[in-house]
Amino acid sequence: MSMFDGFKFRSVSSPVHQMDPRAKFIYVCILFVVTVMFSNLIPLIILFLIQVPFVFMARVQKEWMRSMKGSAMFAVIIFVMNLLSLYFYTGYETFGSILERSLAMTVRFIVLVQTFSIFFLTTSPDMLGLALEQSHIPYEICFAFTTAVRFVPVLAEEAQTIMDAQKARGLEMEGGNFFKRIRNYIPILIPLIVNAIRRSLELAETMESRAWGANRNRTNLYVLKMRREDVLLILISLVILAVSIYVSMNVQMPSIIQLLTS
Amino acid sequence: MPIDNGSDEQMIVMDDVYFTYPNGVEALMGVNLKIEDGEFVAIMGQNGAGKTTLVKHINGLLKPTKGRVLIDGVETTKVSVATLARKVGLVFQNPDHQLFSETVEEEISFALKNFGYDEKTIKKRVDWALNLLDLNEYRKVSPFMLSGGERKRVALASVLAWDPKIVILDEPTIGQDYRQKERLRQFIVQLNRQGKTVIIVTHDVEFVAECNPTIMLMRQGRIIATGEAREILTNETLVNQASVALPEITKIFKGLEDFGFPRKVIDVYEAADILYERLGGQR
Amino acid sequence: MAIIEAKRLTYTYPIGEKPAFRDVNLEIKKGEFVIITGPSGCGKTTLCRCFNGLIPHFYGGRLEGEITVCGLNVREHPTYEIAQHVGMVFQNPENQLFALSVEKDVAFGLENLGVPREEIRKRVDWALKITGTYELRNRAPYELSGGQQQRVAIASVLAMNPEVIVLDEPTSFLDPIGAEQIFDVINSLNKDLGITIILVEHRLDLISKYASRVIVMQNGQIVLDGNPREVLVSEEARLIGVGIPKATLLYKILKLRGISLNGPPLSSDEACRSIMEVMSR
Repeated sequence: MSMFDGFKFRSVSSPVHQMDPRAKFIYVCILFVVTVMFSNLIPLIILFLIQVPFVFMARVQKEWMRSMKGSAMFAVIIFVMNLLSLYFYTGYETFGSILERSLAMTVRFIVLVQTFSIFFLTTSPDMLGLALEQSHIPYEICFAFTTAVRFVPVLAEEAQTIMDAQKARGLEMEGGNFFKRIRNYIPILIPLIVNAIRRSLELAETMESRAWGANRNRTNLYVLKMRREDVLLILISLVILAVSIYVSMNVQMPSIIQLLTS
Repeated sequence: MPIDNGSDEQMIVMDDVYFTYPNGVEALMGVNLKIEDGEFVAIMGQNGAGKTTLVKHINGLLKPTKGRVLIDGVETTKVSVATLARKVGLVFQNPDHQLFSETVEEEISFALKNFGYDEKTIKKRVDWALNLLDLNEYRKVSPFMLSGGERKRVALASVLAWDPKIVILDEPTIGQDYRQKERLRQFIVQLNRQGKTVIIVTHDVEFVAECNPTIMLMRQGRIIATGEAREILTNETLVNQASVALPEITKIFKGLEDFGFPRKVIDVYEAADILYERLGGQR
Repeated sequence: MAIIEAKRLTYTYPIGEKPAFRDVNLEIKKGEFVIITGPSGCGKTTLCRCFNGLIPHFYGGRLEGEITVCGLNVREHPTYEIAQHVGMVFQNPENQLFALSVEKDVAFGLENLGVPREEIRKRVDWALKITGTYELRNRAPYELSGGQQQRVAIASVLAMNPEVIVLDEPTSFLDPIGAEQIFDVINSLNKDLGITIILVEHRLDLISKYASRVIVMQNGQIVLDGNPREVLVSEEARLIGVGIPKATLLYKILKLRGISLNGPPLSSDEACRSIMEVMSR
C-alpha cells in the first residue's frame, strides 16, 4: 500500500470512468492552470471542495483517501518550508498572514494531487493511449506508451524474483558502505536488463507476426466519441476557468485573517 | 501446542503456516508438514496453488504471517536468509533470473564469495561443481552464450557448489527436452541417494511418476494430501482436486479396471510386466 | 496442393558459424496436422521462423535454397504480407500480449491491416469464441493464467484468418490442464476449420493422436518424417531422444517381449482399447 496506489487506474464502473479521456484531460489542464493562478487560501479551498463530489461520483473514495494520506508527509514539508522561508525572508508580514500564505501553498499542492489522482484513477492507460492516437500523435509513440504501462507490473515482479534468486545465493542487500551497496545491485541489474532485452525481441517478433506496419491507415477497434456528459464536463471546466480569470483580475480576495479580524 | 522439533530427524517442519502477500493475496492458509533428513519430496499442484510461496518459506525469503517454520530445528524468523541459504539451496525456475557473471566459473563462485569462503576452498568447490554438472569445457565461457539447457545446469551448479543440506528445485523440467529431463532425473535421484534432502516443485506428472518421490499435493494454499507417488498419483479424486493430471500409464489401467487389473500403476516397465503376465499367459 | 514448400533450404544466423539447419526439403499439404519434434537446438524453431518470413526479414543472416508459403516466395514478400496467411504462436505467453485488454490484443493484427471497425469487431468476437476466451475479453492479459494467455495468443492470430498456424512449443510453460485445453483448441482449428497446423512440441503424450504427420529433426536436418504411428514406434526415434508417448512405449516393450497389440497406440485410450481387444480374443 503506497501513495502510488492513489494514482493507479482502478477499474470500477462509474459515470466518471466512462467519460472521454480527452474531456477529462481538458478538465485536468484547466484545473491545473486555475490552481496555480491563485495563491489565496479561500479560492483554493473552494477548488478542493468542488472536486470532492467528483471523487464520490467516480466511486474511488478509498484510493483517493490513500493519495491524500500519502501526500500528507509532503504537505507538511511544504507547509514548514513556506513558513520558515516567509518568516525569515519577508520580515514585514504579520505572522497570521505568513501562516495563511503557507497554508495556501499547502492546499494548492493538495488540490493538484487530488486533480491528478482523480484523472489517473478513472482513466485506463488503454483509454489514454487511444486518446493520444486520436489526437493525431504517431501510432508508434502511442504504442510505446501503452506497452510501457502494460509491462511495468511485469518488470516489477521480475525484479523481485531476481532479487529473491540472488538472496538465495547469499547476497546481502543491506549493510556495507556506499560503494558496496552500489555493487550489490549489479547481480540484480544485469539479469533484469538481459531479460528486458530478450523480452523486447520476443515482443518485436510477435508484432511482426501480426502484420505490424502493413498499412499506413491503421484502423482501431475502439473509437472515442464525445457524449453529452463529456461536453458538459468541458463546459464546466471552461466556466471555472472564466470565473477564475474574472475573479483574479477584478476581485480583491479577502484573506481569512482579515475576515476574522474585521 | 507442543511439536517435536527436538528430534534431529525432522529437517523441515511447518506448523500451521499462513502467508498473505502485501497485496492481500492469501497464498498459504494453514500448512502443516514434516520433511525428514534425506527425504525426497515433490510438491505438486496447479499454478497459483502456493507451491513457490511454500518453498520460499524454507530458505526464509518469506516469513510466515502466522505459524512457524523450523529448518533443522531453527525457526526461520530468528535467522537471516543468508544464514539459512547455507543449509537450503533454492534453484529458481528460470536460470536467466540469476545469471549475471562474465564467466561460468565466476557465476559459480558468486555464492561462495558471499558466504565468505577462502580462495582455496572456493577454487576447490567450483572445480567440484563444474565436474558434477559436466560443465568443465565452459569454465571460461560467458553463461549468456550457452543454450537453455546448459544455462539451467550452470544455475544448478552455482547452488550445489556450497553443498547445502537441502536442495529445492522450482519447476526443473520446464523448457527441457526429453533427454535433458532424463539426465536431470538421474541427477536428482543421485543427489538424494547421497543423503541430501531434495524437494522439487513441479506439475510434470510423468517426470514425477518416474522419480517416485513422496508427493505433497497442494490446492488453494493448503496441502490436501501427502503420500507415496503410487498412492497419490493414482487417486483420481485427489489428482482432480489439485488440477494435476493422471500419468498416462495410470489412465490405461483405469480403463482396464473391469478386467481385474490393478489400478495403482504409474511406471511403464511395471505396466509391461503386469500385461506380459496376463496376456502372455493367454497364448 | 502444397501450402508450404522448401527446397534445399539452408540457413545461418548472422552470428552463427555453422548453419542452424541444412538442406531441408519439405512439402506440407493443405489441411495437414504436422508435429515437428527433436532435441533442443536441432533447428526446429529456426525452421518455423522461415514459414512467415521472420527469417530472413527480421533475423537477417544467410538463407539459401527456395521456400514458398501459400504461393508466396518468402524472400520476396515482407513478413506482414505472409503473416496474413501464416499465424505464429510462440512459447512464452507473457511476451505475446502487449495491449491492456484481451480484445484489444486480438484486434491488433486486424488494426494493422486497416480492416474496417465493424469487421474487426466481428472477427475478434469470432476468434475469442472459438478459443473459449470470449468471457475474458475485457480483462487485462497479465491477470490471466498462462493457459488463458496462450489461448488469447491463438485467438489473435486466428482473427487474421490464416490458412496455416504455426505453434512453437505453446504449452511448455503450462500446467497439464492448461496444456490439454490448448491441444483441444488446436485440434478443433484443424478439424473444424481446416487450418493447416504445424506444432513444435516435446510433450507428445496428449497430442500425437491428433496429428497426421510427425517430423523429427536432429542436428539441423530432418531425419524422420511420416505417419505418427510409424515414426514414434521406430527405434531411431527412441535413439534420438524423442519424447515418445507412454502408450506407444508400452506397445514397444510388449512387442519386444513377444506380445503384439493391434498396431501402435498413440494415446492411453487407444492402448486401453487394443489391450481389451487382445483380452477378448
